[in-house]
Amino acid sequence: MSVSIGINHVCKKFGDNVIIPDLSVDIKNEEFFTLLGPSGCGKTTLLRMIAGFNSIEAGEISFGDQVINHQPTYDRNIGMVFQSYAIFPHLNVRRNVEYGLRIRKTPKAEMDRRVDEMLQLVKIDEYQDRLPERLSGGQQQRVALARAIVIHPQVLLMDEPLSNLDAKLRVEMRTVIRDIQKKVGITTVYVTHDQEEALAISDRIAVMNHGVIQQVGTPHDIYARPANVFVSTFIGHSNLFYATVLCEGGSKAIRFANGYTCVMNNLKDEVKNGQKVVVAIRPEEFAVESEGLTCKVISRTFLGRYTNYFLDFAEGMCVPDQPSIEFSQDLGHAEKLFDAGDTLVLKPNPAKLNVFTEDMEHSLIKG
Amino acid sequence: MKKRRFGLDFWSIVTIGILITFGLFLIYPLVSLFIDGFLAEETGKFTLNHFIRFFTKKYYYRSLINSLKLTACVTVCSLVIGVPLAYFMSFFKIRGKGILEILIIISMMSPNFIGAYSWILMLGRSGLVTTFLREMFGINLPSIYGFGGMLLVFSLKLYPFIYMYVSGAIKKIDVAVYEAAESLGCHGVRIVSTVVLPLVTPTAVASALMVFMNCMADFGTPALIGEGYDVLPTKIYIEFVGESGGSAHFASAMAMLMIVITATLYLLQKYYVNKKSFTMSSMRPVQPSKLSGPRNVLMHAFIYVLVAMSIIPQAVVVWTSFRKTEVQYFVEGYSLDSYRKIFSTALSSIKNTYLYCFIALIIIIVLGMLIAYLSVRRRNTVTNLIDTLAMFPYIVPGSVLGITLLLAFNGKGDPFILSGTALIIIVSLVIRRLAYTLRSSSAILYQISPSVEEAAISLGDTPLRAFVKVTAKMMMPGVVSGAVLSWITLINELSSSVMLYTASTRTMSVAIYNEVIRASYGTAAALASILTATTVISLVAFFKISGSKDVTI
Repeated sequence: MSVSIGINHVCKKFGDNVIIPDLSVDIKNEEFFTLLGPSGCGKTTLLRMIAGFNSIEAGEISFGDQVINHQPTYDRNIGMVFQSYAIFPHLNVRRNVEYGLRIRKTPKAEMDRRVDEMLQLVKIDEYQDRLPERLSGGQQQRVALARAIVIHPQVLLMDEPLSNLDAKLRVEMRTVIRDIQKKVGITTVYVTHDQEEALAISDRIAVMNHGVIQQVGTPHDIYARPANVFVSTFIGHSNLFYATVLCEGGSKAIRFANGYTCVMNNLKDEVKNGQKVVVAIRPEEFAVESEGLTCKVISRTFLGRYTNYFLDFAEGMCVPDQPSIEFSQDLGHAEKLFDAGDTLVLKPNPAKLNVFTEDMEHSLIKG
Repeated sequence: MKKRRFGLDFWSIVTIGILITFGLFLIYPLVSLFIDGFLAEETGKFTLNHFIRFFTKKYYYRSLINSLKLTACVTVCSLVIGVPLAYFMSFFKIRGKGILEILIIISMMSPNFIGAYSWILMLGRSGLVTTFLREMFGINLPSIYGFGGMLLVFSLKLYPFIYMYVSGAIKKIDVAVYEAAESLGCHGVRIVSTVVLPLVTPTAVASALMVFMNCMADFGTPALIGEGYDVLPTKIYIEFVGESGGSAHFASAMAMLMIVITATLYLLQKYYVNKKSFTMSSMRPVQPSKLSGPRNVLMHAFIYVLVAMSIIPQAVVVWTSFRKTEVQYFVEGYSLDSYRKIFSTALSSIKNTYLYCFIALIIIIVLGMLIAYLSVRRRNTVTNLIDTLAMFPYIVPGSVLGITLLLAFNGKGDPFILSGTALIIIVSLVIRRLAYTLRSSSAILYQISPSVEEAAISLGDTPLRAFVKVTAKMMMPGVVSGAVLSWITLINELSSSVMLYTASTRTMSVAIYNEVIRASYGTAAALASILTATTVISLVAFFKISGSKDVTI
């Protein structure tokens, strides 16, 4: 039933405006695959190309081994969940879920069985006679999901389905979606701009920017070993520092602008002695020690599980124009809290550091 | 503290004032009408004879059947034209869409009877087309007079209502709903029948009711081209003003029948729409796509022919007004004779029109804003009642309203004598056309936060001052766009004025009606052109002020 999706050198233009220049990726059968990126990065455009709502200017998209470029949407056998849910407002819940089966002229008995099953699976069977406007956002979302899956589509496409829900419901619904996807076992392409949602829900994530895939990987890979500075700062927070590579004998290290040096033997072989690099350090990868990077506390925010400090480093230490430089102090192990104006010495954890070329485009970590 | 003692603030006084006004000019006349319908002509005693007479004499009940038949056919035709037009214009790229829409609105806003009149000019006994075809080819066209002609005129005048409302509903459809159907394997006509049509049905029903009411209540069109085909409003008119032994009480009984029919339909429609309606909010509205090949040609042909047929009558009227006339006949060449003539004979009707309508408009604006404020901000049983009362004229046909006012204020123990005065015409105009300004005023008021006014009061303004200085000013865009619609319908009002006018209070629309009846087509055309020009200028003002082409209420 479910198939893999092959995207091969596709290009999307609106007039002269190139949205996606040349994009290739393979999505495995039964995989939960997320397209993640800031608004305008082309993720929804790509999803709508897979759905058939957008034309494909060059390249191929295939379901299994069948190229679907010229198949109209209604022949592609897809299930789609829309940002606005797009529930038919004039049909009650049951009728909404039945819609696709009626179009397919499914025999009545089978249709009833499948709809019942589906309504129970998404837990909305008790609302089946209601009109959509009398449902909450979460319930509408469940109807949209049921309606898309009940037709046994080859692939399930979801366009920011949770962005209209409040924060709590969003967390609840993403678990529901994830569970149902695994239960049904269907190839799913999921579009979101919410990195936390993407990390929580996906088997693999493609991070996109300006119509180009920056990195494809598991949530853990993408967070721990981002392919470039864009991914590193888009997923979670990263503080960016300038440093220089030191190669002595067989050993490699990086030296920060204040002279502090970290041994880093996981740097790629291509690095040269004296090469300028950018180092990304996440707020939780610092520890307060006697030696390391010296800074001043500007302010602090108490967040319960940890305390966030906003920091100021000496001129030339950090990449300029970052929104903030932060250190998260884990309150489970903290000995004391610091105040604004205090001077701190923070030691980065070399095993976690990510080092990028000076142009910030490539990771210099062996992978 | 002083205010406490009297227990009345500014808004309570306004509420009471409005209640009294409505009581006097709306409830009391309607109640009188209902009572009159049950009173015998000479004795003044209770009787059902008027109704028995109506339903037993074919001469009378035929007019009811005719009315229903005509109205039903017109409604169906308007739907058949208006719904597909709205679909085409919203879903596909149409060349010249902007201009087409404006032309449709102009043809909608100009009064029905001018449409009827121009069809007479074209297809009447000595009409342009009729004469041309007869003289050149010896072809005799079917008569424009009677059922067929009225069906043509009404359908062409009224389909724009359906078009405007249904287009509005289509704009609210989220394109994702359409795409959802497509993703579920549906396409083409099937999406239209399973998704688009059901979504616009409640709106189509509501607009069909407007068409029904408008057609049922119209007096001018059947009076001009109905000829043998009697309908209820013309019967009421004849019975009421007729010199041949008419009876006011019998006319009242017929008028009552008409209100019962329109009220029943209105309630049925409201019940249906409430039950069937659902909220739609569109994140991405439908984008028109390009259609190609013969289907595109057919669609454009349909739209262009339709719009041409809607607007040509207007153009013919204007053209006719510049034709040379001798006595009452048109001759070769062009002149301003018709205009010269109306400036000498019908100047007072022009002045009356602008004067009465201007006074009525001022009253409408003040009342509309106050009632809107009461019903939105001071929601309670009394203000709800006022809001409902203000919409009540919606179901009272113009000619019936005219009769009720006449009967209520013509002496013989009535509170005032107003019959024959300019005041009674102004009162009827205000009652008839208040709804437009009221609706658009409430609509904008819902978008203004009450805290703005509360801020003014917290800074020391009195409620009255806060309303005038803050809220009223913020309401202005909505008020003005509603007022322009009120204005356009005011100047074109015929069916109530024709009941109420005297020689000195004649308005332009009445004058046109009189001239057409007298077959003085040149002067009628000149007057109608002035009316059309005012309408078009007002519409242009409306588009500029409101920044949209949404003229529905």
